[in-house]
Amino acid sequence: MIRASVLFIGSLAAILMSFVALSVFPSVQLMEIEPTEGRIDYNFAESQGRQVYMREGCIYCHTQQVRPDGFGTDIQRGWGTRGSEPGDYVYDFPHLLGTMRTGPDLADIGQRQPSRDWHLAHFYNPRSVSPGSLMPSFPYLFEVKDEAEVLASDVTVTVSEEFAPDEGVIVAKEDVLNLYAYLMTLKQDPTN
Amino acid sequence: MATIASETVQDNQARLPEGWREEVDASVRWPVTAFIASGAFWLVIGSVLALIASFKFNHPEWLVEQGWLTFGRVRPAHLQTMIFGWISMAGFGVLTWLWARLLKTDMRLGWLQLVSVAVWNLAMVVGTIAILAGFSRSIEWVEFPLFVYVIIIGCIGIGAFPLFEMLRRRRVRHLYVSIWYIGAALLWGPFLLITFSLPIYEGVAHATANWWFAHNILGLWITPVGLAAAYYFIPKVIGRPIYSYHLSILGFWTLALFYNWAGVHHLVGGPAPQWAVTISIVFSVMMVIPVVVVALNHHMTAFGSLKAVLRSPTLRFIVFGAMSYTAVSLHGSFMSLRFWQELTHFTHHTIGHAHLGVYAFATMVMFGSIYYIMPRLMQWEWRSSGLINLHFWTTALGIGTYVVALTIAGVLQGLTLMDPGASFMESQFITEPWLYARSIGGTLMTVGHLVFGYLLYSIILKKGPQLDGPTYFAPVLRSETSSADSAA
Repeated sequence: MIRASVLFIGSLAAILMSFVALSVFPSVQLMEIEPTEGRIDYNFAESQGRQVYMREGCIYCHTQQVRPDGFGTDIQRGWGTRGSEPGDYVYDFPHLLGTMRTGPDLADIGQRQPSRDWHLAHFYNPRSVSPGSLMPSFPYLFEVKDEAEVLASDVTVTVSEEFAPDEGVIVAKEDVLNLYAYLMTLKQDPTN
Repeated sequence: MATIASETVQDNQARLPEGWREEVDASVRWPVTAFIASGAFWLVIGSVLALIASFKFNHPEWLVEQGWLTFGRVRPAHLQTMIFGWISMAGFGVLTWLWARLLKTDMRLGWLQLVSVAVWNLAMVVGTIAILAGFSRSIEWVEFPLFVYVIIIGCIGIGAFPLFEMLRRRRVRHLYVSIWYIGAALLWGPFLLITFSLPIYEGVAHATANWWFAHNILGLWITPVGLAAAYYFIPKVIGRPIYSYHLSILGFWTLALFYNWAGVHHLVGGPAPQWAVTISIVFSVMMVIPVVVVALNHHMTAFGSLKAVLRSPTLRFIVFGAMSYTAVSLHGSFMSLRFWQELTHFTHHTIGHAHLGVYAFATMVMFGSIYYIMPRLMQWEWRSSGLINLHFWTTALGIGTYVVALTIAGVLQGLTLMDPGASFMESQFITEPWLYARSIGGTLMTVGHLVFGYLLYSIILKKGPQLDGPTYFAPVLRSETSSADSAA
């Protein structure tokens, strides 16, 4: 080739086409989509919890998308009752669909595992409730207090002796409580 | 084609003064060196982050006390330092040098590139700290805060301006294929970053845009520079022209037309509009055309020059990279198919594939290019062929171990997940031995990076013995020197 202009115009035209088709078109197509019945925007604690989910990089091991029946075994595993649909995500920016399942899918975790005690123990040390798990512990989302200093409003966490600190009580910080609140919004049927 | 060739010859004879190569090299010496050295710095930082992340799979209780060292922050910091630090900055140095050499034109606005490299480094520091401090945006491949990308886009623009200025004064008429790839990448990179930064996406559409973007950063920003370098160095070092000019045209335009449609195959089986996913799968498979064309061109040029590949550090790294490009691309086309995605999507298989592309192909080509470029910029030879050899084998064996381990781990993980009778935990347990192997591979690569960093430090400061001739793996016969990569 001799003319640089052909190169530049051609290259730009090529990428412009796929940009319009794969980035702009889906946005336009999904602009008017109705949210799944019962799905409402995140409240303050939930959106703060979503920030914690983003900050700690949960997406690198957990997806939030249930594969439809006949494609994978998500539904047999009890990860949901139907394939995920665009209406499940209308309030999501950034999207947190994820690409990796070192851990299980979380699109329906609020339905599957609603227990706050379980989740807090799991965040404090995943192996305390899920032996052999590779998930990191998040001790910095908790503080260990003397029994005398625990307030009535504190949320305490119980783990078995093997995982508990030598002395003191494990108290959940606000971040992890918000994270729990966010996880509880992850339901395929929010009316449930 | 014959006319083009004769015009190029005329260009050379009519206008170019004796010693133009030295003059051109001198004009880009410090900008290119600064970009390459910065890249190497981020390579080492990125390697440390990678090792921390990898070891955490082996010992999940390791380094959990502080938030900034948790897996979910270290991993994106690794990805971002490698993509926007190492491969983009080293790539910018390599492409600048190629550009000057191929246009046979000196750079006059080198100071703009020095500004670019300084600000770019600053942006990288801020972005990396931001992720570790808990300000990741949690959007894969763009985890830095938005303003960091605004700065990086500016740096690419400031760095590219002197190149476009050179295009106007170029001393060749015909543009070699490497120039096409580089010129296009200089438009595609900023285009991708700007369009994906627009606040027009949400929900599922954000995901389709995300993967359109992320796959294209690999395909239209990193890959073209790697291909441009391979197109230059393979024929250059072997001393024979590229196999086919027409194939190179076909390879370039098919890549330009097909690659940018491929990214949304990352959302197979998800909530994204299936028409978009299907288009992406079709184009992923169509990528076989540019890949086979480029493979023919590279491998047919190198074919029969095994001696040169064994002897020349540049060629050994670049031929390794070119072969990896063929492998990763064909693997990628295959991976996009639905039946294979059902099995391997969401597994370590994909991570292995990504490293086959960014490391075994792009990074190895960058290493090879730098081994050729630096002696010419510094007028100094590499201090030790033994260390270059060590660098080659640690990285080649390291990435080999890495890719094989994760490719197998991903298939096993996928097979377990596909079996509704197997518990989820079994899909994790079955990968664990392979994740140890991954850590070993990563450690080997990191050793290689430290050796490379030391060699680069030595040549920039002109440390070590003053050698008469280039540093080869094996002695070169006098009659062969004209075609091999001597510093002249």
